[in-house]
Formats: sequence, structure tokens, C-alpha cells
Amino acid sequence: MSRQAILLGLLLAAFALAPLVAGPYLLSVLVVVMYFAYVGQAWNIMMGFAGQLSLGHTLYVGLGAYTAAALFVHLGVPAVFGLFASVAVAALAGGVVGSLGFRFGVKGVYFALLTIAFAEFTRILFEHIPGLGGPGGLFLPVGDRSGIDLVHLRGHPLMFYYLILAMTAGIFLLCRRLVRSRLGYTWLAVREDQEAAAALGINVFRAKLAAVMLSAGLTALGGVFFAFYYNNLFPNQAFGMNRSIEIILAPIVGGLGTLFGPILGALILTPLGEGITMATEAMGFKAAGIKQLCYGLALLAIVKFLPDGVWPWARARLGLEPGDGDGEDDR
Amino acid sequence: MLDVRDLDLFYGDAQALAGVSFGVPLGSITAIVGANGAGKTSLIRAIAGMETPRAGTVRFDGHDITGRESFEICDLGLGQVAEGRQVFPTMSVEDNLELGAMVPRARKDAAASLERVWQMFPRLLERRRQMAGTLSGGEQQMLAIGRCLMGQPRMIMFDEPSLGLSPAMVHEVFAIIRRLHEEGMTIVLVEQNVAVSLHMADHACVLENGHVVMEGRGSDLLGDDRVRAAYLGL
Repeated sequence: MSRQAILLGLLLAAFALAPLVAGPYLLSVLVVVMYFAYVGQAWNIMMGFAGQLSLGHTLYVGLGAYTAAALFVHLGVPAVFGLFASVAVAALAGGVVGSLGFRFGVKGVYFALLTIAFAEFTRILFEHIPGLGGPGGLFLPVGDRSGIDLVHLRGHPLMFYYLILAMTAGIFLLCRRLVRSRLGYTWLAVREDQEAAAALGINVFRAKLAAVMLSAGLTALGGVFFAFYYNNLFPNQAFGMNRSIEIILAPIVGGLGTLFGPILGALILTPLGEGITMATEAMGFKAAGIKQLCYGLALLAIVKFLPDGVWPWARARLGLEPGDGDGEDDR
Repeated sequence: MLDVRDLDLFYGDAQALAGVSFGVPLGSITAIVGANGAGKTSLIRAIAGMETPRAGTVRFDGHDITGRESFEICDLGLGQVAEGRQVFPTMSVEDNLELGAMVPRARKDAAASLERVWQMFPRLLERRRQMAGTLSGGEQQMLAIGRCLMGQPRMIMFDEPSLGLSPAMVHEVFAIIRRLHEEGMTIVLVEQNVAVSLHMADHACVLENGHVVMEGRGSDLLGDDRVRAAYLGL
């Protein structure tokens, strides 16, 4: 067994056993950590692997969340079926954004602007759909919070805890396989040098489109979790620009294009944000936006001191080699 | 094998190719020579599907490939070794080669192709796990050629393969091209090194300001006074 596999096993065991010692508050923080690790991992497929910057990833969170939630609220469709619709809708939206951008050669920052535009106008659209609650929000009926109903995704907070843990572990394994697949290789080639990839006969358009659609579909699953865990959805939250930024911070801080990066980044940022909020409240003053300020400072520090992210640095410290047979990207 | 007719290419309003016509016979080495900015690279890119020509046709092995996507053209067996080598610097030598075999036509026999490349370039085999960016210029050129061969092309277009290489390496690269030719590969050679490429070529054309101004046997062009004056400084 390689050292990375051991590290992964330890991490998984720590999270799996945490409910034995942690109280409800700490568990809720850990849920947020894993949620951001999950969504960050999904975003990383597009940016870290295929090199396509999306700054509007809440589009897929929101579409995933609203689709499954609306199906549940209005038609009573259980979440376990609704999530397929969520994935389909988000992947389709990703396909639209990707085809438009890539077909017309929109690259780099301009593509990123396009993703923001889509997220923003979808937010405004959802504020004007009365059936979905508009700006007042869509609320899911809170059911029995003691049981375990994975079909309807109603139940005890611990159920949600283990669900997001399974999702985060699952997406890690999926991404690990992906980077070593033929598709993953073509993504890396496109990320490194699109021209050279095209000259080799790689279908660049298809590779990029696959990255966007896959990333979007997986992000939508995060959205479904978000909807059923929090039981309320507001367009400015579900599709908000600040949420889009929050999603991408973990993989950037942790290390773009690495598999542990999004997890490590979320483990650093979420507790940091929570700690700062608690500390300022304990000191008796309310400082709105202090969390964002600290995130900004953390990001500055990363860019300045560890431009490749925390994980590549930590990996070197732990004596783990990149490409330890773990499908780790060779950065 | 390749037949280019009246090809026009524009970058915005700037015309890069004006009515370019030439042919590449099967199994030949065809040299395209010309000064900087004559349109040599544009011509290669237009043929390879990296640029879309405004007018004209390109036929390869009986297929009309005008304006087709580069991945379709590669899959028909028309490979290219682009200018400046374009290896993926942060990927290993072996991964670079694997990426050459992503076209459908080459996937099945990728393992055999890899064996062949290792045989042809033992130095790459020694450095298979090394990052491509750490190779010398000559090794990178070999990697670029090997990667192109992974796609099992029937014709290869080389764009300035000797650019930036040491004289010994230039010699070696030309030896490789000659060897591929002897094995039956059809070759298009774009070079600033006019003397060597005309020596090697069965067939050549001279490009000036986007026009083909001369076409003929390599040895004839080598003896032509205008070519000698303009490109060989004689």
C-alpha cells in the first residue's frame, strides 16, 4: 500500500469516527468542510484537469439544488430520483455554456466571464419564477429528523454527515480514475498546450465539453445535497457570485489539479472562517465580511508563498512523491 | 498523396496565402522553402486543419480535407511535427508519446508503436520517466517526431525541424527524416535550411509572400540562379 493510500485511509477513518467525539456544532462544520471539498473537487475537473476557468459554478449548484427540490416540493418526487434530473439539467447547462464558449473560441478570462454571465442571468431568472418561490425562497418541508430516509433524503443530521462523506470519498476516487484515463490524459494535454493537443489529433472541443459537462453534473449532486440538508433555497444564495468564489477557493488554496488539494483547502478554509467568526463574536463585536476578508488574506498568502497550493508543499514535506502510483497529477 | 489547389488564407485582412497550388507525390520528400513570413507555417497549418482557408481545396489521399477539423485530418493519417516542437514540458516522455496515439486510427496498436519509437530513439527510452521540459532541444525534437509517429501517419509535415538545434543535432534530425523516407513515409519538409532541404527533396516549391513562385525537382531548384541568389547567397 502506498503512503498516499495510507494518508487517505487515515483521513477517511478520522472523518468516519468524528461523530463519536464531536458535538452537533462541530459536525455541522465538518459537513461544510466536506461539502466544499466535494464541490471543489468537481470544479477542479474543469479547471485543474482541463484548464478551463469557471467563475460561475454556482450555476450548476443552483440548478441541481432547485431541480431536485422543486420536483420534491411540487410533485413529491423522492430525491433519489430527482437527482438524476438535477444532473441532467446541470450537465445540459454546462453543455450549452461549453459549446457556446468553445465553438466560438472564447478562451481564458473571456470564457470565465461567460460562466459568470450565465450564473448571473440564471439567478435573475430564478428570482422571477413564482413556482420556485422567487427571491422569497423555496422551502422544503422538514420531515422527521430522527430517522434515516435516504430515498427522500429526510432524516437525522448524522445521515447527512455520512452521505457527504461518501460523496466526497466517491468523487475523490472517481477523479483519481479520471486523471489516469484516456480522457484525463487529453485534458492534461489541452490544459498544457491546446495548440499542441490539436496538432496531435486530439479533439480539443470534445475534451473540453466533456470536462464542463462532467464537472457540472457532479456539482449538481452537491447542489442536491445542499438543498435537502439546508431545506431552503434562495436564488441569490444558490446562484450568487460570492458562492462561486467560495467554491473555488478550496481547490486553489489546496492545489489546483491535485486530488488532495480541494480536501486540504476546505479543511483549512472552513474552520478558519468559522474560527474567525466565533472569535470576533466572542470579543463582542460584529464584523460583517470578516470571514471574506480572512479568505482574501489566506488567498494572498497562498499566491505569495505557495503558488502551487498547500498540497504540493505538504506532499513534499511528507516525503510523498507526485505520481506515487496514485494517479496524482504530476504537478 | 496531397494536392493543394488555389489555397487562400487570411488572418483578418492580412493575406497569408494567395492561390497556393502544389502537389506531394506518394513516398516523396517535398520541400517548401522560402524566407521568413513567406507563408510556410501558414501553409502547413492550413493543410493540417489548424487554420481555415478562405478559398481553395486540399485533398489528401483522395479525401477532401479542406476546412476539416485537425483531429479528423490526423485520423486520416496526416501527421505534423509543429514548429518549436510543442512537447508538453510538465509531462513525462512516455506520457507525451501516449498522447500521440489518441487518434482512433492509432489507439489499437499504441503498444506496438511505442516499441517502435523506443527502438528508433533509445535515448527517449532511457529518459521515459523524465519530464519532457528537462530534455535537451534535440531530444525534445526526437520526442516530437516520436509522438507524431505514435499517431501512425502515412505522411508527416515537418515545420522547421532544425530550428534552434546544434549542428550535430541538425544532422541527426535530417538523418531521421531520411530514414523515415526510406521506410516509405511521405514527407513535407519546411525549412529555412534551404541547401540541405533541397538536397534531400525529390520535389520542392519556393514560397514568396504567400505565392508559389517556383516548383520543380529539388536538384533543379538547387541549380537555379534565382534560388541560389535569394536563398543560398551564392
